[in-house]
Amino acid sequence: MGNGTSIGRVRGLGSSHQGTHHWLVQRLTAVGNLVLIPFLMISLVLLPSHDYATVHAWVAKPIPSTALILIMINTITHARLGVQVMLEDYIHEEGGKITAWLLVNIVPFAAAAFGIISVIRIALGGA
Amino acid sequence: MAQARSNRPLSPHLQIWRWGPAMLVSILHRVTGNGLAFAGIGLLLWWVGAIASGPEAYQTFIDYAWTGASGGLAVVTALLGKVVLIGLTWAFFQHAASGVRHLVLDVGAGYELEANARWSTLTIVFSVLATILFWAFVLLR
Repeated sequence: MGNGTSIGRVRGLGSSHQGTHHWLVQRLTAVGNLVLIPFLMISLVLLPSHDYATVHAWVAKPIPSTALILIMINTITHARLGVQVMLEDYIHEEGGKITAWLLVNIVPFAAAAFGIISVIRIALGGA
Repeated sequence: MAQARSNRPLSPHLQIWRWGPAMLVSILHRVTGNGLAFAGIGLLLWWVGAIASGPEAYQTFIDYAWTGASGGLAVVTALLGKVVLIGLTWAFFQHAASGVRHLVLDVGAGYELEANARWSTLTIVFSVLATILFWAFVLLR
């Protein structure tokens, strides 16, 4: 492993110096989730019915659609960081690492984009 | 990693240690977190995407995830959906309680052996109770 030797640094085996930021964002988004997810759960449970019209009307309201878009950003960021740590712990081979790196940097953004577009479409009356 | 493998002392793995609540909660934190990340966000996106796609898509979601009303495959997935949804609520409560415990540990508190074991156990007590109460409320109201 590159413990600070020059050849280790050239091969990129040392620390990337992103650890503190990763750690801090994981905690910031955790606090966000503590507000956002209970809001979603309680709101859904309290809906008078779960037919299409009721649920659609609820999502379309400003505060729920804002909360849902924040969930798409905050919760997916939190999940991305957590899954990344899990993959780093269990995948040791070079090919697997590159695949994991690709997935962790692509899938969450695609997921968030899909979620946000869906909420916007509901909120602005496209469906 | 590759060159470090041969001839190095191995650290004891899971089966060596006497199990304690902190170990269990640590592993549960990872399992529930990844479960929520894949199944939870997957289901959330299916749900919101179905609403955005219109009444028919939403009906398909409800059918396959909960009621199984259209019969066939939906009956199986609806049964599975209930297990997954109840599992996800438990996973959220467990991950949230364990996460709050981590925030406390981050400021340097709660490392005394007894306190550590007590708060670990309490996260499980909380998550089980919260899940029961949540679904009792959903199904009985």
